[in-house]
Amino acid sequence: MRTLDQRLLRRTRATRPLLVLDTALGIATVVPVIAQATLLAHIVTRAFDGASLPALRLDLGLLLLAFAARGALAWSMEVAGRRAASSVLSELRLELAARRLTHHPAAEDGVEAGEIAAAAVQGVDALEAYFARYLPQVVLACVVPIAVVGWVASIDPLSALIMLLTLPLVPVFMWLIGRYTEQRTRERWDALRSLSTHFLDVVRGLPTLRAFNRAVAQADSIADVSERYRKATMGTLRVSFLSGSVLELAATLGVALVAVTIGVRLVDGGLGLAAGLTVLVLAPELYLPFRRLGAEYHASADGLAVAERMFGLLGAPPAVRAVGAVAPYNPAEFPVRFESVCFSYPTRPGRVVDGLDMELAPGETVALVGESGCGKSTVAALLLRLIEPTGGRITVGGVDLAVCSTDAWRRLVAWVPQHPSLLRGTVTENIRLGVPGASIDRVREAARLAGADGFIEALPEGYDTIIGDGGRRLSPGERRRVGLARAFLRDAALVILDEPTADLDPESVERVADAVERLRDGRTMLLIAHRPELVGRADRVVLLESGAAVPLRMREAA
Amino acid sequence: MTATLRRLLVLADAPRARVGLTVVLGALTVLFGAGLMGTAGYLISRAAERPAILSLTVAIVAVRFFGIGRPVARYLERITSHDLALRVLGRVRVRVFRRIEPLAPAQLEGYRSGDLLSRMVADVDSLQNLHLCGVSPPLVAALAGVVSVGVAAAFLPAAALVLGCGLLVGAVAVPAVAGWLGSRAARRQAAVRGHLSAELVELLDAAPELVVHGAGEAALARLGGVDRSLVRLARRDAAAGGVADGLCLFITGVTVAGVLATAVHASASGHLGRVLIAMLALLALASFEAIQPLSAAARELGATLAAGRRLLELVDRAPAVVDPQQPLPAPRAPFAVALEEVRARYSPRERPALNGFSLHLEPGRRVALVGPSGAGKTTVVNLLLRFLDPEAGRVTLAGRDLRDYRQEDVRRAIAVAGQESHLFSASIRENVRLARPAASDAEVEDALRHARIWDWVDTLPDGWDTRVGETGRELSGGQAQRVVLARALLADAPVLVLDEPTAHLDPATATELVSDIFAAGVGHSILLITHRPEGLDLVDEIVTL
Repeated sequence: MRTLDQRLLRRTRATRPLLVLDTALGIATVVPVIAQATLLAHIVTRAFDGASLPALRLDLGLLLLAFAARGALAWSMEVAGRRAASSVLSELRLELAARRLTHHPAAEDGVEAGEIAAAAVQGVDALEAYFARYLPQVVLACVVPIAVVGWVASIDPLSALIMLLTLPLVPVFMWLIGRYTEQRTRERWDALRSLSTHFLDVVRGLPTLRAFNRAVAQADSIADVSERYRKATMGTLRVSFLSGSVLELAATLGVALVAVTIGVRLVDGGLGLAAGLTVLVLAPELYLPFRRLGAEYHASADGLAVAERMFGLLGAPPAVRAVGAVAPYNPAEFPVRFESVCFSYPTRPGRVVDGLDMELAPGETVALVGESGCGKSTVAALLLRLIEPTGGRITVGGVDLAVCSTDAWRRLVAWVPQHPSLLRGTVTENIRLGVPGASIDRVREAARLAGADGFIEALPEGYDTIIGDGGRRLSPGERRRVGLARAFLRDAALVILDEPTADLDPESVERVADAVERLRDGRTMLLIAHRPELVGRADRVVLLESGAAVPLRMREAA
Repeated sequence: MTATLRRLLVLADAPRARVGLTVVLGALTVLFGAGLMGTAGYLISRAAERPAILSLTVAIVAVRFFGIGRPVARYLERITSHDLALRVLGRVRVRVFRRIEPLAPAQLEGYRSGDLLSRMVADVDSLQNLHLCGVSPPLVAALAGVVSVGVAAAFLPAAALVLGCGLLVGAVAVPAVAGWLGSRAARRQAAVRGHLSAELVELLDAAPELVVHGAGEAALARLGGVDRSLVRLARRDAAAGGVADGLCLFITGVTVAGVLATAVHASASGHLGRVLIAMLALLALASFEAIQPLSAAARELGATLAAGRRLLELVDRAPAVVDPQQPLPAPRAPFAVALEEVRARYSPRERPALNGFSLHLEPGRRVALVGPSGAGKTTVVNLLLRFLDPEAGRVTLAGRDLRDYRQEDVRRAIAVAGQESHLFSASIRENVRLARPAASDAEVEDALRHARIWDWVDTLPDGWDTRVGETGRELSGGQAQRVVLARALLADAPVLVLDEPTAHLDPATATELVSDIFAAGVGHSILLITHRPEGLDLVDEIVTL
């Protein structure tokens, strides 16, 4: 917990000024706290001795002022904390998004997008509690009790002694129970996360559940899962709330003890009423920061669990470790070679690619064929350096890609994946993905080449139609053609097409095949396909055989 | 606002006795605290008059009682209230699921996947605060406030009046001001959060293409834009949130000063014993604990209600497809299926997805439906499963309109394996068994064999207990299709609809698969929706869209 606290406070820019400000405001809070108690005791004592209301007007006014000052200080601390919290969270969130893009674009580590979104967007509430509520209480718990005990000691040493005796109980218990809570809180967060993922999965699969009449039964399973979660959580809370109760007990018993001893000594005449009342009013103030700290502890633990998850994701080693700065050779002029390349996913046993040797000569079109699941798409990801070979190497003109600049290499490559992603935006924006400055004429030309112009022009707003999540839905074939148009627009030396004609009707297949023919001109092409229309036109066919368990053999045909 | 709250409370349907218990325990916690300070104040004042120590016994016992009673009450209150919240969460989750279930898929089209995540998870999750913020705090404040004022009134009605006014202002005006300041920002914040969540999911899902196209920076900048607007809103909300606590302290000061002034005046004029001045002042000070949580609760409640409103908007959608008042008995063999001059569309603004289309599938026949992408093949599937009703014409099963049956009976008769079929983040076996939970292991294995995936499954270290990952992404496209197919085969429905089963397979495997399907499906009617040649030589009829 401590190390994470420090990481959170050190790693983020917004926290340092917050800590300084909170400390200053915390120290300032001491003044109205003591003034409030002193004034209240003073007024009561004067009235006790028979003073009338007009004589006490000034004192009542000062009392009011003390309350107002305290309110203003509390307000400042909370606002500062909330502001810092949102900045810190945004900082972590953007860093995480950038890190996923550079380090794990292919999500080869198996971390799911929904899970990241849950932590990075919804997890922020938990972190807010940490910065705006927990942190100020930490400061107050350091400052106020010392000031209160010191002040009481100057009035009535015996009460100060009683306070000191009850006080050590508080941090010790908090520490003991806090350690236990921390562990349980992490488990609870994991449970909540899998609950969220479960619920999302179920909602996404609703059509399928309905198709098999399983939706109603699934409601019962949600109830079961929730009920299990409730029981597990209550188990945690029963224990962790004990820490709060111990604090509460120390606080109320401390006050009761102080009140009774003061009462007895007043009877003996060993103490004045004003002193006694001041101490009585100050006594709860001693425990208040600790009590509030205990109340916020749980929330802060939730916040830290979120932070820990984010730091864990930020600290994961990148999928592509070796990133050089050498400018790569152009595959239009130099051959690309796979030399005994192996790859296995960190989350899955077995090699997906096992000792692959393959060459793409400049200007050559190589068709990569093989059964579904034999690792063809993985070969594409390796060539794009979305993932890194776990064995062997890929070279261009004899130079290992690992020593080349990844960005420079990717600029030489165009890629149409099996399921192109559509980003929310217009059709034009989507086609322009790789070339943001392309003119509308070039976009239309690319669409025409990809055989996409027909359906785009039939859309209600043509090229300005919003597509992607929440926009106009495109069929898988239409999506593919938008992806193809992207590749046509990007004038790259090496083109990787992953099943470019799957899901297209025969007429479009013919048009795309012609377009692929045009695209080959002067470029090197890796064509992952099983359609005869395309494979037949390749210069060479490489057959990738078998799944992870059997070593890959390469046969050259055609 | 109250209407939303009332509807959400109905949706949550919390057990009343538990709510009552929570409130009583909450009020006791506050009252014991006020009792402790009040009796301690009295004890010290009375002691200052130096009476015989025995005369203080009652006060001393009271101080100790309140000192011990308060932590006990607090502990029990926290346990019961959190238990209540979690119970509510479970109920809401199930109820929301039951309400949106009939909407899928046709009426949930417009929801962005990231937004759905935000809605279903965060909105539902936030409803656990409904009682913690919306019900308990005001009731606790009212109960504890009334008792405190009552006690004060027994000693000095004027002081009780001041205390009552102070508590009322603190309880009503402060949260109202805070709520007014914060609610708009909070509502916007919920929407921006959904937006941000959707952007983030989109960015992560598209990450490989973004980096390959060098568009990562632009996508991050776009995310940063939404992020900034969220931070701006959060900062505005911060100032509004802090105001409440500060104001509350100020009103506490005004009230305590007021109570003190009345007490001093009453004491000076002989209407109040001087030993009671400290008691009244400290009672007033401590009783403000009752209203302290109100503004934070109101703020939370505002966010909860905003989430709840969006949830209600979703829940309120009337299902487009409903069971008839008096359904026919389940259809019986022969299971002829037909679409007759059907016109269908997803929303009134769109063009019809199908227009004047007819198709007949006689029992035991095999019909292929071919056509270019976007011609409405998936719509045919949606119509057959009654996810969508035709606008004109009709769909029939065993000679009767689909709308005359219960939906469940229709879906029992028709099994679909398609490109839209969802694979759940569970094991292969669980995904297949979904179609028929009562199926034996042998039957599941048989289905996997017929889908020609068993040999591969058998080589996996965990066999069919291998988990398929989110939306089946641990499987290749072809493997996923086969698992989906095995599921449809296991359903053992008389009518089998195969929606592009060979989309991701190489020609040899595809041919094998189709012939296996036809072999496994002997005696079933089969509708093969495809745009590929494999299997077209095996069907009895080809219909073109």
